[in-house]
Amino acid sequence: MATSDLKLLGGWFSPFACRVQIALSIKGLDYENIEENLNPKSDLLLQSNPTYKKIPVLIHGDKTICESAIIVQYIDEVWKNNATSSILPSNAYDKAIARFWVSYIDDKFFNSLRNGLFAQDDESKKKYFDELEEVLLKLEEVFNKLSEGKGFFGGEKIGFIDIALGCYLSWLKVKEKFTGTKMFDEAKNPGLVIWAETFSAHPSVKGILPETDKLVEFAIAMAQRLAAAAAAPPK
Amino acid sequence: MAPANQEEEVRLLGKWPSPFSNRIVLALKLKGVSYKYSEENLANKSDDLLKYNPVYKKVPVLVHNGNPIAESLVILEYIDETWTNNSFLSQDPYERALARFWSKTLDDKILPAIWNACWSDEKGREKAVEEALEALNILENEIKDKKFFGGETIGLVDITANFIGYWVEILQEIAGLELLTIEKFPKVFKWSQEFINHPVIKEGLPPRDELLAFFKASASKK
Repeated sequence: MATSDLKLLGGWFSPFACRVQIALSIKGLDYENIEENLNPKSDLLLQSNPTYKKIPVLIHGDKTICESAIIVQYIDEVWKNNATSSILPSNAYDKAIARFWVSYIDDKFFNSLRNGLFAQDDESKKKYFDELEEVLLKLEEVFNKLSEGKGFFGGEKIGFIDIALGCYLSWLKVKEKFTGTKMFDEAKNPGLVIWAETFSAHPSVKGILPETDKLVEFAIAMAQRLAAAAAAPPK
Repeated sequence: MAPANQEEEVRLLGKWPSPFSNRIVLALKLKGVSYKYSEENLANKSDDLLKYNPVYKKVPVLVHNGNPIAESLVILEYIDETWTNNSFLSQDPYERALARFWSKTLDDKILPAIWNACWSDEKGREKAVEEALEALNILENEIKDKKFFGGETIGLVDITANFIGYWVEILQEIAGLELLTIEKFPKVFKWSQEFINHPVIKEGLPPRDELLAFFKASASKK
């Protein structure tokens, strides 16, 4: 199947774009990676995602697909290949469980992490990071149940939940730098500690997650922009 | 008719005024699947609800042969994959991606905008209404001249848009707003009439007078 008609509108800093890159890597697909600056947003982005104007967007020939979790499922369904590279489970119930936890990660995990990192005051920061701790306890439980000792949320191989959570590892490292506490507590999340290493070392993931130092610089600049916007007088 | 299986048990924990809960009722009816329904009182959650949805403690929850699934969009896909008659999701990956995108956009962007407008106070009203109209405009551009979002037959997006097809008319009446009208959004309006008159959907929607009374009572408590 011709894969030269695949383009990804993404950003090196975006965990959502990383999800798509990892999925494409698992399937062994070639694609053109287009770095979006977002400041200003390119015409291509505005045209291909008019509803949200956000990255990532996958362009496959004349088709555009938006929303990272939806893109990953699209990739999995188009390039069914063989069982060893399938991302979602084959059984309907297991698929539902995977989709449920990805939805949970996109809601609870993402919001606690993002709000905690960019909170303007210490009290809010603590509140969000406490929430994040609760979320991680839950995900540790889920990991132990679904991995069955085999290394990934997807069992023996990387699955939908692994990709959905693993894309945030670099941002969790940013949190480590900002707060001075480890991203996964060894006592409370021993499973996730090991999972993070296994995931990062996987051949389909290597080279995709952004370097921590570069991301820290990016996060500091973003925090400053948000603080300035919050302090600016209303127009 | 879905294949009969004596061992099969399908349960739905729901709330009759909730559009999210109703989505599952509509899907099961479209598939012709029999199920046991439990009405949940969210002020006094049942042991079953806490057991089957410990993460969110919300409805709807589908329990199939003792296996629980929560989150309406996740449940809808499960239903379509498990009972393969009267499909409401295409087999084509791109069509599926589009259906998933529009369902998500309905839940993340469109429903909240309209809901907020209907419950907004005087201070925030103008802005909330503007956002609600923008949201409806997104749908107007998407439905185009199709009979349903799913084409000739009810699809995932139509089921997800039950709030637009049925609840909005009632809520906007209570709020004294004109959001979805035939003049402002002729295509979405036309779709809403096709939707609520569909023979199976019609049977699955809660009675209008009861829904109106329910939301009027909620409004008076604010």
